[in-house]
Amino acid sequence: MNQLRPATNGHGVVIGVGELAVKLQTIDAEYCKALRNHYRGFVRETERAEFGFDIELTDSRTNDPDDAVKVTRSSALWSFGRGDFQAEWNMASNRGTIRQSANLYSIDAVLRIFHTVMLATRGGFLLHAASAIRNGKAFLFLGPSGAGKTTIASLAPPDATLLTDEVSYVRKQSDSYAAFGTPFAGELAKSGENVSAPIACLYLLAQGPANRIEPVGASDAVRQVLQNILFFAEDEELVRSVFQSACHLVSCVPVYRLTFAPDFRVWESIR
Amino acid sequence: MSQHLYVSRSSAVAARKLGGEMMIMSGRDSTLFTLDEVATLIWESVNGLVTLDEIVRRRICAEFDVEPATAVRDAETMVEALAQHGILLISSEPILNSNAPAGRAK
Repeated sequence: MNQLRPATNGHGVVIGVGELAVKLQTIDAEYCKALRNHYRGFVRETERAEFGFDIELTDSRTNDPDDAVKVTRSSALWSFGRGDFQAEWNMASNRGTIRQSANLYSIDAVLRIFHTVMLATRGGFLLHAASAIRNGKAFLFLGPSGAGKTTIASLAPPDATLLTDEVSYVRKQSDSYAAFGTPFAGELAKSGENVSAPIACLYLLAQGPANRIEPVGASDAVRQVLQNILFFAEDEELVRSVFQSACHLVSCVPVYRLTFAPDFRVWESIR
Repeated sequence: MSQHLYVSRSSAVAARKLGGEMMIMSGRDSTLFTLDEVATLIWESVNGLVTLDEIVRRRICAEFDVEPATAVRDAETMVEALAQHGILLISSEPILNSNAPAGRAK
């Protein structure tokens, strides 16, 4: 693998998702501007961040973003790769490099992968789930594509604050878990709000003719949560950590199966 | 044969008991296993030093209405299957180092 050359003396933007701040640095002013716009709401007006990546922009627009993601670690050095990007990140220095073309799709994927790794080390994970805050409490709606994440997010009443319609950020806080807003959007193509709240409930989504809420057994809940966690790393230690976090979340937070008809009344029982 | 089958848990897995069921995830390939009540009792009892036969007779037969020979046979089948997935380590001799790679040691 070629060594990635760091961009120096470039333009930087600090993006804070959850409690993790990542500084992205590039020599391309236009791309930096695009990053600021894409992640608006999550941009921190500071020069300093716990983590930093230098982005080297290439002309390789033909590389396939549908290739499989490969995430591996060799001692302190992580490698994230897909057809359209190659990134390396050193855990010891908290610095990394990314090689990609000047598009937002690739950097979004790198940031998602980076957060899956970092969160796994800190008692959290990214989850395929829409999430929203209502009455100071966060509600998560889990499911694969087609389960209704975007639908339930789009039906949210005005007093609900949408955290995401696609990728929820879950992290342990004291004895329970909190959900944070993310800029990782799904079909709504709209960032969530950059706020957080303690998680009150997890709903496993299914669409049906009428609204129905049923309790879910613990082992089934863990299975469903694990199936919806975004995780790519080939790393035994992190796999075990994510598993323990999923089990702990289910032991702390009630889990229900929510069958819903696609109209606004489904939110009457979510508060 | 069963009198000399020793079993220990792999150190390469994560396990958690929820709702009476033991859930185990292999760190190697992220496969998730859910053990029933009997398998959970065996999982909790194995330590590499006591034979499977003795565990079954002392723990399983004491708690469940099952004929000992049948219970031992079923337990052997279960631990063999879990060992193939890297969840358990089995050996014909006591297993002193339970951090050894899972599977059949001898």
